[in-house]
Amino acid sequence: MAVANKPSALERVTSDPVSRRKLLAVTGGSTALAAFLAACGSDSSSTTTMAGNGGGKTGTEQFGKGDVGILNYALTLEYLETAFYEDVIKSGLFKGSDLATIRKFGSEEAEHVTALTGFVKQMGGTPAPKPKTEFPLKSAKSVLELAATVENLGAAAYLGQAPNIKGASVLAAALSIHSVEGRHAAALNTLLGEPITPDGAFAKPAGADEVLKSVEPFIVG
Amino acid sequence: MSDQIMAQPELAGVHIDTDSEDISRSEVILKGALAAGAVYGALAVGPFVGRALAMAESGDVGILNFALTLEYLEAAFYEEAQTRVNASGDLKSLIQLVGRDEEEHVGALTETIKKLGGKPVAEPKFDFPYSGTSGFLKLAQTFEDTGVSAYNGAAPQIKAKEVLEAAGSIVQVEARHAAAIRLQNKEEPAPEAFDPALPEAKVLKAVEPFIA
Repeated sequence: MAVANKPSALERVTSDPVSRRKLLAVTGGSTALAAFLAACGSDSSSTTTMAGNGGGKTGTEQFGKGDVGILNYALTLEYLETAFYEDVIKSGLFKGSDLATIRKFGSEEAEHVTALTGFVKQMGGTPAPKPKTEFPLKSAKSVLELAATVENLGAAAYLGQAPNIKGASVLAAALSIHSVEGRHAAALNTLLGEPITPDGAFAKPAGADEVLKSVEPFIVG
Repeated sequence: MSDQIMAQPELAGVHIDTDSEDISRSEVILKGALAAGAVYGALAVGPFVGRALAMAESGDVGILNFALTLEYLEAAFYEEAQTRVNASGDLKSLIQLVGRDEEEHVGALTETIKKLGGKPVAEPKFDFPYSGTSGFLKLAQTFEDTGVSAYNGAAPQIKAKEVLEAAGSIVQVEARHAAAIRLQNKEEPAPEAFDPALPEAKVLKAVEPFIA
């Protein structure tokens, strides 16, 4: 993991107001969180969220208003992905390089959780609660297929929200996660012998309701 | 005249034919972008950044033309590789697939620029200095990672929703290409939890010597 060896990059990010504002520079690991937090300093125009309290609302609104709702929606998906990879690692179904890949992806999803949580708080919102999850972990192949499904869906979910995001720094953050989800999806598709770009040259977005319906079977409370 | 990019050895010999008649600032910026993107994760941000792109062309059309130039580069790179790189099997299919995607990006960006009333930049001439399959793959990884960072950096400045949607749908595909190429190189497909955005001050710094 090329994380710990970039203190100078972080210093430059956090010490420069322009980069803080635009979040045009996110490195990774703990530095990424700092960059995220620094980035949303000037975007704190959001309202309090009512995470987990849907009240008949649809889409990301059930997670809060505006950008906070979108971030909490993303946070919920990242919680789900993180829990999935944790379960997969515990399952003992994988060894060697496949296990290393799963660990790597899992740790990146966990970093997304941390960053999004911090981001929501910085904007004055309440982070969405961690959902209770359960995944069918029958065989290595079925798990890889599920991983690919989840990652492709995750990438589509971020893409679907990008045009709805108001704050430039929130958008920059979402984009920097979005492309990582795309990378994960392509890597898993490659492992499965599936096309890396299943939608062709232009990736398709997915709306929040559609995404939430797809992951519903894995949320048990 | 061929101005070399010194930031990274793999890019040192990449040059754009600046004698061609249609040379535009976007191409010059492209060189900066590559130089900047090559320093994956290295950051430095200055206050004149927005202006660098604005000098090329303002607003969404400017960003789209910047993206178009990047896509021209990638499309030409993979098209040439189909005959130049002695690839077979998975790599051969990957080169064809990625090349096709990049060409579609060129087409879509060109159309979008026209729809917005802009003038698509002309395709520059490229020269890709690499040797062998490993040289190709190394450069491909740099181009794809740079492409991701360039789109991620430019996208928050996009005004029109439709243009942002298009850029988002392209950048995800670039990220997918990057991951697949990285796997070919036996590298982490997703090296960081957060893809770095193109550090624009690096762009400015790199293009400064070329801007009159």
